[in-house]
Amino acid sequence: MSYVAVQGGRAAIERACDLNEYRRTGDASAPLELAQIREQLHLAVDRVMGEGGLYAPDHAALALRQAAGETHEAAFLLRAHRATLPRLGESLPATTTDMRVIRRISSAFKDVPGGQLLGPTSDYTLRLLELEPLEDQEHRRAVLRERLFRDLPAPETLPDTFPRVVELLRRQGLVEEIGVGDPAPFDITRHAMSFPAPRSARLQALARGETGGLLMMAYSSMRGYGHIHPTLAELRVGYVPLRHIHPRTGEELVSGEVLVTEAEVVSRFSDPEGRPRFHLGYGLCFGQNEIKAISMGVLDRTLRTNSPTCPAEDQEFVLYHTDGIESMGFSNHWKLPHYVDFLSDLDRLRKAQETHASA
Amino acid sequence: MQALEWIARGVPHRETYAFLDNGAKKDVRRALLKAVAIPGYQVPYGSREMPLARGWGTGGIQITLSLLLPEDRVKVIDQGCDGSVNAVNIKKFYERVGGVAVTTDVSEATLVQTRHRIPEERMTDRQILVLQVPYPEALREVEPSEAATRRMHAEADYARMWLHLYEDIVRHGEIRISYRYPCTVNGRFIMDPSPIPRWDVPKLHMADTLFLFGAGRERRLYAVPPHTRVEPLEFDDHRFRVEDFSGKSCARCGATEVYLDEILQPDGSSLHFCSDTGHCDKRMS
Repeated sequence: MSYVAVQGGRAAIERACDLNEYRRTGDASAPLELAQIREQLHLAVDRVMGEGGLYAPDHAALALRQAAGETHEAAFLLRAHRATLPRLGESLPATTTDMRVIRRISSAFKDVPGGQLLGPTSDYTLRLLELEPLEDQEHRRAVLRERLFRDLPAPETLPDTFPRVVELLRRQGLVEEIGVGDPAPFDITRHAMSFPAPRSARLQALARGETGGLLMMAYSSMRGYGHIHPTLAELRVGYVPLRHIHPRTGEELVSGEVLVTEAEVVSRFSDPEGRPRFHLGYGLCFGQNEIKAISMGVLDRTLRTNSPTCPAEDQEFVLYHTDGIESMGFSNHWKLPHYVDFLSDLDRLRKAQETHASA
Repeated sequence: MQALEWIARGVPHRETYAFLDNGAKKDVRRALLKAVAIPGYQVPYGSREMPLARGWGTGGIQITLSLLLPEDRVKVIDQGCDGSVNAVNIKKFYERVGGVAVTTDVSEATLVQTRHRIPEERMTDRQILVLQVPYPEALREVEPSEAATRRMHAEADYARMWLHLYEDIVRHGEIRISYRYPCTVNGRFIMDPSPIPRWDVPKLHMADTLFLFGAGRERRLYAVPPHTRVEPLEFDDHRFRVEDFSGKSCARCGATEVYLDEILQPDGSSLHFCSDTGHCDKRMS
């Protein structure tokens, strides 16, 4: 009798967890150290911090290791961890004007005040799989350092702040003034969104959205199912100081800095305030994740459309379906047993077939 | 054991009793009070991330955690089965963070959490049944937008749902909805009873037990209080019908008048067994 045992699932489940761990920890290779992940897989760390909604590079590295590099799973670990942490306070609103910039480009102008600063990026690499130096990474690192630091000219003093390109456009009255519109920001971690959602809620949801999901939605708008042909007024990557008020002394203090990517997207003009101006879209996310920041900038713009004509303009469509943790959880849940439901489905089908046959 | 004693016994590091912090518990309890006050109405709440994935019962888990007391005796079932993978996992979690005892016997349980079934044994007014919900919105079948369905509920505008059922009958001779069968609660809201089979729907009607529904991913809670009317949508000339098990019985305990699982045999035939394994075990003991 091929009956599924009523009890006894527990041992099998525990073995499955053990096997997962066994496979993850590898065989011949040296165990992965967190510092290696944090430094050498830093873009994965950044992505996981953004989607998990917790800026914690060490924890993100830990999550990535535990998830064997699967970013959905790692972001989920991080967000679940975050849910157990007490909320100690709120930071003061930060401005990216005093960002410690490591990269800053504008595609709207050939040159911009403060200059184009390429910084670390793979944008200009040839996408050739580097087969040769596979063996000796140490040597490769030494050669690179030699090349980078030898004959280095005396360091130029970088300006403390870079003028924002959008600010320059704004002064000339060329871009719309959007603002947030809701002075006390909505908190998507404490309340369920309702639609139309305030902009603060939309930006929060996008900021922890899944990179691939946001990209897909934004790309659909850029490519044809929508009207956004973005110009990157500015893309910045850098460190923003985290400021807050000391709970005892009441004084402002800086408790660290956060690496963020910011994209300000300008798209074609209309007359939002009775005068033709460019529309603006804003994207900001943890770490260096330029695809995400640009996609978010595009979507911030598309989601301000009053009557949606395509998926990327539909707030519910975009915001409900781009959260990686929710969508991956739900997609995975189909692996759970569904035999009760399926039997009920079979009952309906058999009934319908009977009706069909007798008709 | 009282909660304070439990705490004095030493709480696992970083965790408060029953995992959720007090703010989260308060949020859930407030939403539950509202849900009980407005039967069948979906109350939005600030659903927290749980250490189980979205779609794996996080709504039900948050309800259970917000109600849990150390003296509780908890039963967790999935598809009717106490030994199913997810039920085992969730039970382990409650034992760890709540220090509660677990049971497979419905009559011994103070709190039962379930996915897709309501136990066969009638529950009492001393018990609570927590149902895990994937889709809290019964109208999602006919309208994808949440803003639109909320408006439809507010206006009790259920014409499209009725039309949907009517068209099914016209086209297929049958209402094709198998599980998640829409019900009218207390004569007002159309409610998704969670993916329970139609077999279980009558158990919600004028019951002695409090039913709480949690959809974590969709951030909604709702409730059917005891002694509340729960009526599946039906037409005068096309009545609601439960799954047909006529002539079949459990090959293990011989039960009839229970929901049966069909197990395919290598020769193409099938055997039937109780879906509610706790009930089956009890009959065998």
